[in-house]
Amino acid sequence: MNKVEIYRGWCKKCGICIAFCPEAVLEADEALYPTVKDPEKCNGCRLCEMRCPDFAIVVYRNEESYPETDSSPGK
Amino acid sequence: MRETTHLVHKYLRSSKRFPHIWCAGCGIGIFMQSLIRVIDQKEYSKDDVVLISGIGCSGRLPVYVDFNTLHTTHGRALTFATGIKLAKPRLKVIAIMGDGDAIAIGGNHFIHAARRNVEIASFVINNQVYGMTGGQCSPTTPDGTITASSPYGNLEPDFNICRLAEAAGATFVGRATVYHTRLLEQLIGKAFEKKGFAMVEVVSQCVTYPGRTFGPDPAVAMMKWQRDNSITVAQASKLSEAERQGKIEIGILVDKERPTYHEEYQKLLRKKPKV
Amino acid sequence: MAGCCFYAGYPITPATEIMEIMARDLPRAGGIFIQMEDEIASLGAVIGASLAGAKSMTATSGPGFSLMQEHIGFACMAEVPCVIADIMRAGPSTGLPTQASQSDVMQARWGTHGDHPIIALAPSSVYECLELTVQAFNLSERYRTPIILLIDEAVAHMREGIVLPSPGDIEIEERPHPTVPPEWYIPYADPGTGVPPMSAFGDGYRYHVTGLYHDVRGYPTIRADEVEPLIHRLFSKISRDFDHLQWFDSYYTEDARITVIAYGCVSRAALRAIKEAREKGLKVGLIKLKVIWPFMHCTIAKILENSPKVLVPEINFGQISREVKRVNQGKCEVATLNKVDGTILTPPEILRKLEEMYS
Repeated sequence: MNKVEIYRGWCKKCGICIAFCPEAVLEADEALYPTVKDPEKCNGCRLCEMRCPDFAIVVYRNEESYPETDSSPGK
Repeated sequence: MRETTHLVHKYLRSSKRFPHIWCAGCGIGIFMQSLIRVIDQKEYSKDDVVLISGIGCSGRLPVYVDFNTLHTTHGRALTFATGIKLAKPRLKVIAIMGDGDAIAIGGNHFIHAARRNVEIASFVINNQVYGMTGGQCSPTTPDGTITASSPYGNLEPDFNICRLAEAAGATFVGRATVYHTRLLEQLIGKAFEKKGFAMVEVVSQCVTYPGRTFGPDPAVAMMKWQRDNSITVAQASKLSEAERQGKIEIGILVDKERPTYHEEYQKLLRKKPKV
Repeated sequence: MAGCCFYAGYPITPATEIMEIMARDLPRAGGIFIQMEDEIASLGAVIGASLAGAKSMTATSGPGFSLMQEHIGFACMAEVPCVIADIMRAGPSTGLPTQASQSDVMQARWGTHGDHPIIALAPSSVYECLELTVQAFNLSERYRTPIILLIDEAVAHMREGIVLPSPGDIEIEERPHPTVPPEWYIPYADPGTGVPPMSAFGDGYRYHVTGLYHDVRGYPTIRADEVEPLIHRLFSKISRDFDHLQWFDSYYTEDARITVIAYGCVSRAALRAIKEAREKGLKVGLIKLKVIWPFMHCTIAKILENSPKVLVPEINFGQISREVKRVNQGKCEVATLNKVDGTILTPPEILRKLEEMYS
């Protein structure tokens, strides 16, 4: 499964990632930050990452390559 | 320690404060990301890349990235780029400008850099407005638009940046929007490869000034507008002048070969002066 | 001779010959010559080349010098060495393109906006053109600042025999280079001399250059505690060396009752006038300024103390005489002799004025 990581500290809540995700994986939370609604649907196209003006999204194409960590920031 | 995973982050200056200064949803950040991705693909050494900008929102781009970076005066980025490239030809010289920067105050430098054909990869981020100073009309603002300096509607027709570059002799001319990021990366790559003056117009959005009229989600609305109003060069060739009005023609508009200034200069060294 | 290997320029009377000679000779000397689209572009290219490590220069005259002011300010702020020769013709505007003048003295000092330091040199002979051009490059590299060569049209077009120094006799200075590994390089930190070491683009020391006020890393700042030290350092890196910038020649000044303070072509006419006056028994002397900016307060103050009268002849409305009067503060009588008709001051005109003042 692909993994989407969002750095909220850099996110300015412009909504581009949510609006243009072809699989509607993302949605806005109460504070309007993007959040992963449906991780299974992510096809790993990386358009959200590439269109993020603030470099605040990373897409890992499959779970194996996702770095193991105790405190991944901003999830 | 957790390693940096985002490719772009590896090229940012960790000594700079982030998030950057651009407004939420500004297209400059999207372009900047594309630019970095292509530099990474090309495997250029950070030491050999020089990023030069003029003044305005786009002028703030170089400071964030870990290359040799130069933030020059308004409209003059290409003049500095010319000096750097000629003095040290091995460097990869990239000039980043805005629409007012490149086409209004820097218009003369723009056409002469294209004519002279010094190997510079140049990018004009066209948001059709002077954003940094508060939303005045620029040479690419469409006729009739209400802006801070055209409260009755802009009286002037807009410039077609790509056609200007083509007419002035640029050897590579392309246009993409920040919505079309994949195309944008292709064009950036082509511009980097070009032996000569290359220019890519990056159609972007100013969410703060023109964006005001685009509703509550200006970035999204403006990128949808880019998506819905763009046509490829091939599609455009089938349309009449009138049908092309209001459309953004995207893709490669010019790709030709011509000796660069540097190549001609090398030849000059074998000649005797005539006067 | 000075090591200049990059020239960018735009044709303008009466400075074009400099460009033509560079166009012919610089490529053969392994350098780069380029004719740009205007003077703004010329100085932009010069600054770019200097950032890439090349000793660079341009030459122009009044209207072109006006256009260059934008980038003179940039070079001051970003601390980029470069040399600008301004061949002075009479202004304002297009003025008198073919006639000599000294009317850009104040423009050289305050032409670009904002507080900034500047160094301007004024040769008065063909040999001094050579000598001071070499010095201009040396000072430019030493202080990382633009240097202006203020040359009036008469001197610029002068032809006279000189003995060329052999290259070994000329001292050539290079800009200070970083002496630490790249990771430890802080591009705008004061090493104690006021002049930070400078790395060329492409040499592995990646840093940011801007015309904005910046912190020691070169990043834009509006913090008062970063802005103020920068502007103070820009001034003090030159002002702390004032003693080394007192370049002048003095003639017959020991017992002079009138001292003439002059520069450029006027100093030549003045010297002739003084020799003739001496033959007539008049105790007059001459101080010929080679450094115009920073103004040599101490040197001039001493003269004003020792000489009851001072004459400042200029071919302008009185620009250096203002500075002399400012330093004088009423101590002695400062007279001016100004000519603004496009012709140069002649020895008889200066002699007549000296005789008038003497009686």
